[in-house]
Amino acid sequence: MSDESKDIYYVQGIPVPETPLPGKEPAAWKETNVVGRRLPRVDAYERVSGSAVFPSDIHLPNMLYGAILRCPHPHAQVRYVDTSAVSKMPGIRALISGATPEADLVWKKDAAGEMRLFDPHCRYEGEAVAAVAAETPYQARDAINAIRVDYEVLPFVADERRALIAGSPPVHSKGNLSKTDTYERGDVAKGFAAADVVLEETYRTECELHTPLEPHGCVANWEGNSLTVWESSQGVYAIQSKVAEVLKIPLARMRVIGHYMGGGFGSKLEAGKYTVIAALLAKQSARPVKLFLTREETFLAVGNRPPCNMTLKAGVKRNGMLTALEFTCLATGGAYPAGGISLVDWLIRDLYTCPNVRATSTDVFINAGPARAFRAPGHPQGAWALEQMMDALAEAVGMDPVQLRLKNISSFSQAREGNPAYTTTGFQECLEQGAAAFGWEKARRETGPKAAQGHMRRGVGMAGGLWFAGGGRPPSTVIVKLFADGSVNLNMGASDLGTGTKTVMAMVVAEELGIKPEAIQIENADTGTTQYATPSGGSKTVPTEAPAVRNAAVQVKQKLMEMAAEALKTDLSELIYQGREIVSRQDASKRIAVKNIDALKRQGVVVGVGYRGPNPKNKVVNPFAAQFCEVEVNTKTGELKILRFVAAHDSGRVMNRLTYDNQVFGGITMGIGLATTETRILDAGQTGKMVNRNWHDYKLPTALDVPADMTSLPIELADIEANNTGAKGLGEPVTIPTAAAVANAVRHATGLRITQTPINPLQLVQRLAERRKEG
Amino acid sequence: MPRKNSTTGPDGVTRRGFLTSMGAGAIGVAASEDLFAAGKETVDVQVMPAGQTSKVSLRVNGETHVVLAEPRWTLLYCLRDVIGLTGVKPGCERGECGACTVLIDGVPRYACLTLAVEAQGSEVTTLEGLMDGETLGPVQKAFAEADAFQCGYCTPGQIMAVEGLLRANPNPSAEEIRRGVSGNLCRCGAYKHIFEAAPRAAEFKRGK
Repeated sequence: MSDESKDIYYVQGIPVPETPLPGKEPAAWKETNVVGRRLPRVDAYERVSGSAVFPSDIHLPNMLYGAILRCPHPHAQVRYVDTSAVSKMPGIRALISGATPEADLVWKKDAAGEMRLFDPHCRYEGEAVAAVAAETPYQARDAINAIRVDYEVLPFVADERRALIAGSPPVHSKGNLSKTDTYERGDVAKGFAAADVVLEETYRTECELHTPLEPHGCVANWEGNSLTVWESSQGVYAIQSKVAEVLKIPLARMRVIGHYMGGGFGSKLEAGKYTVIAALLAKQSARPVKLFLTREETFLAVGNRPPCNMTLKAGVKRNGMLTALEFTCLATGGAYPAGGISLVDWLIRDLYTCPNVRATSTDVFINAGPARAFRAPGHPQGAWALEQMMDALAEAVGMDPVQLRLKNISSFSQAREGNPAYTTTGFQECLEQGAAAFGWEKARRETGPKAAQGHMRRGVGMAGGLWFAGGGRPPSTVIVKLFADGSVNLNMGASDLGTGTKTVMAMVVAEELGIKPEAIQIENADTGTTQYATPSGGSKTVPTEAPAVRNAAVQVKQKLMEMAAEALKTDLSELIYQGREIVSRQDASKRIAVKNIDALKRQGVVVGVGYRGPNPKNKVVNPFAAQFCEVEVNTKTGELKILRFVAAHDSGRVMNRLTYDNQVFGGITMGIGLATTETRILDAGQTGKMVNRNWHDYKLPTALDVPADMTSLPIELADIEANNTGAKGLGEPVTIPTAAAVANAVRHATGLRITQTPINPLQLVQRLAERRKEG
Repeated sequence: MPRKNSTTGPDGVTRRGFLTSMGAGAIGVAASEDLFAAGKETVDVQVMPAGQTSKVSLRVNGETHVVLAEPRWTLLYCLRDVIGLTGVKPGCERGECGACTVLIDGVPRYACLTLAVEAQGSEVTTLEGLMDGETLGPVQKAFAEADAFQCGYCTPGQIMAVEGLLRANPNPSAEEIRRGVSGNLCRCGAYKHIFEAAPRAAEFKRGK
């Protein structure tokens, strides 16, 4: 898969329109007044005052509450749904199940076949079986509990490592192999023969669950034949196209609104059955329906980061040059193909200079919830293997881990056809400046095996990475309107996931038009009133939307200049735009305030339309990263404390330093979760059910699990080719190297190479005890 | 939870009905007492089957709200869906995430683990109650300036946790701040900025 391909994960299965070319785009900014500053968000007031209306806050007159009955078995056939008790219960206004006409709707058609909305064949615990709407959520839940379902419980497989073993129960009739991806360049056998040191290791990352704080769900309301949905979503247009297709209603009659949303991390890129179900319940009851999933349902049914079983064999010369990498991965996207594992091998293919590479990835079906894209799909898993291997290779050849990586930096993409160059690669700067900011060499001397004393052991570790996308691309259409009083309205389809998208866009307009960012009103994420945007994901929102916003603002400026030239009776080329005023270069007395331009007063508004221009031909736009951390391990209890982090990121231009740093710290926090606390546990042997479907048993990092000492170090290289703002994506690269950096630091502190996540006290104390026994 | 009472005592009072009104938390203790109290149905409380509403008087942000509520309704549900204060967010509805944190008599509590009937007689403060008209309160202002949030969904709970902390301890140490917000999950990972917002909020409260 290439980042230019139409089936890149964040637009998979949805139609993506083409937008016109923007024409001549403005040159790169030489200096900026607003962009790059530390600016609190333009919607900070709304988010801290409680006045921001999230989709789950929507409360319509006469509104009902929906709830979904889900299959309690990992694999079962629904024989009969007995809803007889429900009709007599108080407050119940709508009910749909496999026995009602709504069940005939086709939810999905793909290679695995056609799937109905309420498919009697339930392939994972948590599949939807029936749904109700009632006057209160309590009554809805009572009704769900009163529905009796007769299931034929089928044999299941809930461990991907057993999926392909002969005799394993098939998830789909064609078997449990979803697909195998193979990549090869050079000759790995020759590469290993030429190596001075060859190491091989197996790694495993456990399944991670997104669990954004706002659960998945929506409020659905029909006005005649028109449906409006307020949905907690990363992309309102993705929801619109899918739900309209399933319900067979025209796109124009399907409006999706998602101004605010409480976190997604990839799990809200696509539509879920719940939105269709809410719409059907609303239709049946002729009343608005709010349907938000329970927390437990979000653990079962709306995505995960696939568990990955990886083997990596690597060859290196004494001088540190890699000679060969051979990688295999067995992973699962759960019960349905989800494209979730296709990028696990990307770092092995592309991060380091290596002439001989072979990578084989096998995606299998199991009876578990389907994967959805999860922040930098595949990359943290691949980094867990590759970056621990680089650490081990450095140790084996007696080289500093940073130096080993510096020896193998590539200026072009080796895994893409034609080996296109990166527009910029700041990987070397990330490694060097990150190491300097961390005090890497000193810290390595003062911690680790040589400094080991007592039972509290300190160590430092680092890891690198790149993100295969993050360059953004068309389409994007943005409208900027400047009113006669000088205030501005920005109309953009993209969602702001909490990354600060709206604030960055306001800063771009402010930069061009010389007005305050807070004077800009933003309309976004509404299919009824804003322009098309692909879902916010893939770290592509800023590099996609910001250039289009800039083009729109520049067009407004151009129109104002033309009006001013007419008013001042001078040549356009003579004028310069100075924010509030437009002034003649030659004659300073020739000036006019924007608000005083007659043509603007007459028109009332000037409209600029901006499109996203194409990406540079035969070049790749990728962000790069290096992270460094220090840990302390209590070798008596197995407790791990992460003391500090330094994160050096080349994501091109920093658009807002405050929200930039916030993203960096957030990515590290999520990476600490993968490294130390998070793991989905399926009872694969007995019941196939998930046993830790809540935040007590599935532990997210809390305030006590992250260090206060985190440093964000932007590596800000000028990238004039990437796009007209020079910004590259940030949200995903920030979580790619984290877990591997922690594992490498634990190795340095204890001498233990922990190849399986999570590095929790349970695992550490066991490994430490084993080592003591071995003496 | 039972939807109807299977056994009704002479004065219409049942143990099950009583337990229903007391919430799930009390069931474990009471069930073991059943061994000794079998057959005795003399508890002197009114029957309140689930599904039937009664008047509940809540003091919220300095105003009194009398609502009709089922005994099993949580304070979270009453505040959000009945009274309309959506600054109280549901995240898990089982006491894990803290998104629904409110102050009850000045102390941070999870509104999802508190029944509305339990909150009678207490002063409840929600995020909305920290505002001075349309002006942000000191903790809210500090969160906005320090960018101590991303998506903003856990933020009301985080702000209430810090508010409660500062009311009890106007000058908390870094470690006390970490512990003070450790019952509030932030999946976006804005913890570091929250650590920075809390002392700033303490300064604002002191009038700096």
